[in-house]
Amino acid sequence: MSEIKKIKNLKEFSTSADRFEGANLLCPGCAHSIIVREVLNATNDDLVLSASTGCLEVCTAVYPYTSWDASWIHIGFENGSTAVAGAEAMYKALGNKGRLKQPDRNPKFVSFAGDGASYDIGFQWISGCFERGHNMMHVVLDNEVYANTGGQRSSSTPIGSSATTSPAGRVSYGEKKNKKDMMAIMAAHGSPYVAQVSPNKWKNMVKAIQHGMAVEGPVFINAVSACTTEWKFAPEDTMALQDLATDSLVFPLYEIIDGTELNITYRPKNVVPVEEYLAAQGRFKHLFKDEYKYLIKEWQERVDAKWDYLQRREEAKV
Amino acid sequence: MQNNGWDEFEIGAMLRSFDGEVKDIATTLQEDRNYSSSNSFTASVADWRIEKPVFNKDFCIDCQFCWIYCPDISIISRDKKMIGIDMDHCKGCGICVEVCPTNPKSLLMFPEQADEEAELAGWPEKDKEEK
Ligand code: SF4
Ligand code: SF4
Repeated sequence: MSEIKKIKNLKEFSTSADRFEGANLLCPGCAHSIIVREVLNATNDDLVLSASTGCLEVCTAVYPYTSWDASWIHIGFENGSTAVAGAEAMYKALGNKGRLKQPDRNPKFVSFAGDGASYDIGFQWISGCFERGHNMMHVVLDNEVYANTGGQRSSSTPIGSSATTSPAGRVSYGEKKNKKDMMAIMAAHGSPYVAQVSPNKWKNMVKAIQHGMAVEGPVFINAVSACTTEWKFAPEDTMALQDLATDSLVFPLYEIIDGTELNITYRPKNVVPVEEYLAAQGRFKHLFKDEYKYLIKEWQERVDAKWDYLQRREEAKV
Repeated sequence: MQNNGWDEFEIGAMLRSFDGEVKDIATTLQEDRNYSSSNSFTASVADWRIEKPVFNKDFCIDCQFCWIYCPDISIISRDKKMIGIDMDHCKGCGICVEVCPTNPKSLLMFPEQADEEAELAGWPEKDKEEK
């Protein structure tokens, strides 16, 4: 096992040499790259990376350019996780045969994918990787929509959100289905570590990533990624949105160890009403019309119920 | 790099991020790297900007909030000090200004064509309203 990089505070963290480059084509203010930077900078080990089709992939590998300073592969929408799993299996096999050129390097295998490529299109491939028990990490950049192709809903899109395939209008309030609970599904695979993180809580996030990289087996990370284009807010407000997401408990930060032990990893000092989180985004604008206001109340009730559930599970240690 | 037509690409493509051999990239700072011409580091998105951030080091406390939250690796920090902005890669999103905690702020947005010296000379005073 390689040494875990010491990151005591932000000043120390800022001495990291980034392995992700600018002049990628992500929107100004995109949280994807903030998440990627925090993940990559959490370790000094070699990296074997992939990205499934999505904003991150199309914007960081625009021929003839790459924005990645590590081994990186893209194949299709569905199979980024499997590509990394294949590399990991090969690495293990070569190790067993004593054929690794640098057996002491200890690379980390990480696949990045959006919620579309994780919750929907790549789902069975990720499930396969986890079932086979590859020593890898799958990071979801969860912006709750197919942002790369024009804002279609995914199974991560929450109720009431207006997406291009579930638009709000005269007859509809937008998306009608609740977000899929991927954390629970991945924990049910018996994964040694599953965590929901958010880049505004960088210390919490780096700790989760380092923990995930240190354990043996498939690790699932769901990272909240505020999307200026599809959530419809000004680019400079990305971190304010991330704060609203975590502090309203719409995105509670928690981890599940070995499929059972649930720990809440961040408790906001002042919990913000869900209404504030919704009001900050254009995709929920219509919910503030009189006929849809009941949905805001329902939102709050859902968030409260989930928080209550998480706390009870934490307490019961099941 | 030469631009090819859409049907002239190979089915698979491999790009090298660096020229020559790379020893340990995780501990090699950008200025010491031998970037290849296919690394987007060698490209620029400066023309995306409508507004640009200007850095006033007089008020900076080197908290590094701007460094960690800049999506475009455009805050240059060395030896735990914020030393400037990489204007080739900054897209002008304004996040760094929003997260800067000093009063007055050590980073402010100005129109792209603004004169940096003049803006620094006319930097706002401490805002009493804010805590
Ligand atoms: S304006 Fe945005 S891209 Fe430019 S330095 Fe600030 S945070 Fe980075
Ligand atoms: S956020 Fe402001 S005070 Fe902190 S390092 Fe950046 S410029 Fe300096």
